[in-house]
Amino acid sequence: MDPAFITPFIASIQDVFSTMLQLPVTIKDPRIKADSATTYDVSGIIGMSGDVVGSVVLSFPEATARRVVSLFAGADMLPTNPDFADAVGELVNMISGGAKAMFKGRKVSISCPSVIVGRDHTVARQKGTPCIVIPCDTDCGELAIEIAVKAVSSAAIAA
Amino acid sequence: MKIMLIDDSKTMRNIQESVLAQLGHTAIEEACDGQDALSKIGAFQPDLILVDGNMPNMDGLSFVKAFRHGNKATPVIMVTTESEKSRVIDAIKAGVNNYVVKPFTPDLLSQRINETMNKKAA
Repeated sequence: MDPAFITPFIASIQDVFSTMLQLPVTIKDPRIKADSATTYDVSGIIGMSGDVVGSVVLSFPEATARRVVSLFAGADMLPTNPDFADAVGELVNMISGGAKAMFKGRKVSISCPSVIVGRDHTVARQKGTPCIVIPCDTDCGELAIEIAVKAVSSAAIAA
Repeated sequence: MKIMLIDDSKTMRNIQESVLAQLGHTAIEEACDGQDALSKIGAFQPDLILVDGNMPNMDGLSFVKAFRHGNKATPVIMVTTESEKSRVIDAIKAGVNNYVVKPFTPDLLSQRINETMNKKAA
C-alpha cells in the first residue's frame, strides 16, 4: 500500500484524540494483515469512495472502547447503549475525514459510519486490497486502525 | 437566540450543546439530518444553524441548498470533517456563512459562532 495513505491516518488519529479527548496516542509499528477478523471486539467502520476506495476500521477491545467513549461522550455507558455506537462511529468519522483531506490531489468521499460490537467478528474487504494495521497505545488502552484502501487508476475512473 | 443543531451523531450534538450552554445559549432545537431539520425549521425559526456535512438521508450541503431557496438571512455554520478546499468552496457557494472543521476545540466553535453573529449584526 502507498505510504501516502498511511501517514494521514496516523496524523488524524493523534489530532482527533488530542483535540476531542485530550488523550495522547502512541503509534506502534504498522503491519500487514492477511485475515479478515478484526483486531479487537468493537469496530467503527467507514467506507471510502472516489479516487480512493476501500474501508477503514477503528478497532478497540471492549474495555478500551468504554473508557474512550466515556471520555468523548462524558458518560460511562455499556456497548448495548445506542449512544455507545454513536460515539465510536463519530470518532472513526472524524479520523477518516481528517485523513482523506491529506490525500493530496484526490477527491474522496466517506460513508456514514457503521459500528459492530462482538468478539471474533470479521469485516469483509475488497478482494486485492491489502490491509495495514496501525497499532496504537493510549492511557485508555490499546486500539488499532485497520486501513484497506487503494487508489483507483485514472483508466478505471474514465471507464 | 434560537439555535438549530443538525448532526446525525447525538454525541456531537451534546458536545456542541454544552459549548452553546457555556455561551449562554439554551434555546436549542436538534435535528438528526437535513430532512429532519427542514421538517422542524418552520416551527422553530432559528437565529443560527450549525449543520454537519456527512449525514444520512440528506447531507449538510443539500440541506443548505434547500434552506437557502427560502431563507437568505439566517446564518449557517457548517461543522464537518470535510476540510478540503473544494468542499469549503462548495459550502460557501451553497450559502454557508462560516466553517468549523472537526475535530474542534470549544474555543474554536465559540469563536466561529461569535464571528458569525457579529458579522450578521454589523
